[in-house]
Amino acid sequence: MKKVMKRTLAAMVAGAILSSAGPVLAQGKVVKFVQNGNLTILDPIWTTAYVTRNHGYFVYDTLFAQDENNVVKPQMVDKYEVSADKTVWTFTLRDGLEWHDGKPVTSEDCIASIKRWGARDSMGQKLMDFVKEFKEVSPKTFQMVLKEPYGLVLDSLGKPSSQVPFMMPKRVADTDPFKQIDSQIGSGPFIYVNAESKPGEKHVYAKNTKYKPRAEPASGLAGGKVVKVDRVEIIEMPDPQQQVNAIAAGEIDVIEQPPHDLIPILKKEKGVTLYNWNPLGHQFIFRMNWLQPPFNNPKIREAALLSIRQEDYLKATVGEPEFYKVCTAAFICGTPNAVNAPGDLFVKPNFEKSKALLKEAGYDGTPIVLLQSTTLPVLTNTAPVTKALLEQGGFKVDMQSMDWQTVVTRRTNKGPVSQGGWNLFHTFSVAADILNPISTSYMVANGDKAWFGWPNDPEMEKLRDAYAKETDPVKNKELAAAVQARALQTAQYGWIGQWYGPGAMRSNISGWLKAPVPVMWNIEKK
Amino acid sequence: MIDFIARRLIAIIPVLAVVAIFVFLMLRLTPGDPAAVIAGDNATSDQIADIRTKLGLDEPIWTQFAIWIGNVLQGNFGESFFFKKTVAELIAQRVEPTLALAICTLVFAVSLSVPIGVMAAYRQGSLLDRAVMGFSVLGFSVPGFVIGYCLIYVFAIELGWLPVQGYVRIGVNFWQFLERMVLPSLTLSVGFIALISRITRASVLEVLNEDYIRTARAKGLSNRVVLMRHALRNAAVPILTVIGLGIAILIGGAVVTESVFGLPGLGRLTVEAVLSRDFPTIQTVILLFSVVYVVVNLLIDISYTLFDPRIRY
Repeated sequence: MKKVMKRTLAAMVAGAILSSAGPVLAQGKVVKFVQNGNLTILDPIWTTAYVTRNHGYFVYDTLFAQDENNVVKPQMVDKYEVSADKTVWTFTLRDGLEWHDGKPVTSEDCIASIKRWGARDSMGQKLMDFVKEFKEVSPKTFQMVLKEPYGLVLDSLGKPSSQVPFMMPKRVADTDPFKQIDSQIGSGPFIYVNAESKPGEKHVYAKNTKYKPRAEPASGLAGGKVVKVDRVEIIEMPDPQQQVNAIAAGEIDVIEQPPHDLIPILKKEKGVTLYNWNPLGHQFIFRMNWLQPPFNNPKIREAALLSIRQEDYLKATVGEPEFYKVCTAAFICGTPNAVNAPGDLFVKPNFEKSKALLKEAGYDGTPIVLLQSTTLPVLTNTAPVTKALLEQGGFKVDMQSMDWQTVVTRRTNKGPVSQGGWNLFHTFSVAADILNPISTSYMVANGDKAWFGWPNDPEMEKLRDAYAKETDPVKNKELAAAVQARALQTAQYGWIGQWYGPGAMRSNISGWLKAPVPVMWNIEKK
Repeated sequence: MIDFIARRLIAIIPVLAVVAIFVFLMLRLTPGDPAAVIAGDNATSDQIADIRTKLGLDEPIWTQFAIWIGNVLQGNFGESFFFKKTVAELIAQRVEPTLALAICTLVFAVSLSVPIGVMAAYRQGSLLDRAVMGFSVLGFSVPGFVIGYCLIYVFAIELGWLPVQGYVRIGVNFWQFLERMVLPSLTLSVGFIALISRITRASVLEVLNEDYIRTARAKGLSNRVVLMRHALRNAAVPILTVIGLGIAILIGGAVVTESVFGLPGLGRLTVEAVLSRDFPTIQTVILLFSVVYVVVNLLIDISYTLFDPRIRY
């Protein structure tokens, strides 16, 4: 007991001394970057938090990556081949790849990394369902042998957003997928400076001078990751108003995504530029609980969808039309799988039809329990809009306000509302996460194992499987349209608008790449 | 005296036990599951259940409490659910900004509020007295974050004299440390100054009507000596009491002030831990705050003997 107390005391004293007298290193060009939230978890496979994903892109590299046109390109991979029967994929790594500790990146590292990611990520899990085995051909070449052809091998390995298949050294990747890693050694363009990083204050990333970028120019998340500054510091600054004050005063260089209500202030600031770095944007989601009445009745779910008008949500949450788009395609307007919903669905509500459906379904007027998150500014106003629309459509709504962490806990409850359950909540996704029926977790319909709301629709699962197995892009597009049609037929969930959140940067910053993730390579500071 | 201190120190144990049980139960009974927060937005119920098991959150609540309290008794405060660090390390990293803010605020508030309280009492009914009273009402009424934003607007944005936010550790650059302490300390001081100056005024006013003050004046002592040596010293006990009680205001205020000024202290750690349901961190920080509060008030009690010889323990 004394030993533990001594150790604890020693840790506290040592921590206090180290943290108060840290060395000031020669810093050169430093970009100070404020993210949308605190970076607390440093394992991008363990959590889906976007701030952790962003950290991953600093430290780790990926086998494949999407360019700015959303085309998957080799990144750590030099070349790849697929057998005639499309079941054996052979990947060869680029020359000169090495971990931050100087050891070479090998096939066994990549295999272990794919396996760990495949245990946690929904798209990774789907890929692993098709994988028969991995074979290490040489230190630089490995094979992925599939049980049957799978159409999304490259899309999976080049998945741009959470959870991203980042490559880690085998000894790190062998960590239980449900435990956090305790090493930040990657092979990415930045090195995490553990000694200077202090959670809650700042995280420091130094340029990896040994990193060998690809020869192609940077494009989206693909191409040459050329770092043009000496280091990037993620500054933890929770208050959005302070972020705006700090960038106006020149104390920070980049804000990932200031809230929309502060954008007019930033527009007036000389020396600050707004930049829409994520052209695909985000999509709001309207999620119903299939397990509990009344949304266990498909007619009542359909009535709810008939009451939706996207523009009401977008005006209430985003405001400025330049930052939103009415888009009735589940897989994001402007992308290969985008198909508009039929008729006026999501554009013009049909309250009369909604009321008729409710009557036909025997809706007894029991209030819908709608969870409202009050701590994520962009989501706060979605629930009041839903309440107003559903009430016009004949529903009774009990909107319950709570912080987001309570929403994420409460939505795991499959029980009736009388036992802490729920009927409806809202969330949003980065568009890059929901471009096809496999990566879109809202489309999964395998009952208890599906995402919250737990839709159970074997027909939908058949369509998703067919999409996964199809390798012809034309047929894939048709299948994606069929998946969307099926989702609307069963009223699986609602998509209630596409929106954009520009970043803010000082005028002496340039080179911010257009991508679904804010990345700091290619950025210059004059 | 030693008996008194020993008794008071022993009395801390049941206080901390009650705090520990209360905080532990409150966290478990309020909604919010750290496993769901960790798993993120795309996680399924199965994944969340797996994380819950790894964190030991699927154990019965009393088992969880027994494990935690057993570890605490051995000096092991556990590991943060999120930071991949021990709570002791986290607190060590965050203690300096909060300590610096508390000391700067106390020094600033006491050195300003006691003299103005004494002067307000001495010149009762004067413009100065009314101004002090008016300021007190304002200081109590205006929320700290409003004062903070106003100060930032004037001194950091409009005048550009001071930085908007952030913290530089004292060992890194003392001047930058001071620059970044001015506005947060001022912000946090306002309520404190209002409280202490008002109590000082009331206490000194009461003492000024005592016979021994009249005697001191009759002996021909100067006003300064009468006020500082006789009046203030005899009025010190309630003032010290309020300063001790004010530590709670200071801790509460630090939570808001650190968030507004981007100070990476214990206040912000508390907010972050509460929002993410980081149970081990919340429990330890609350215990730490309780210890600080009890110990500071013990010191205040001991200091009474310095000002009032009639008090003996």
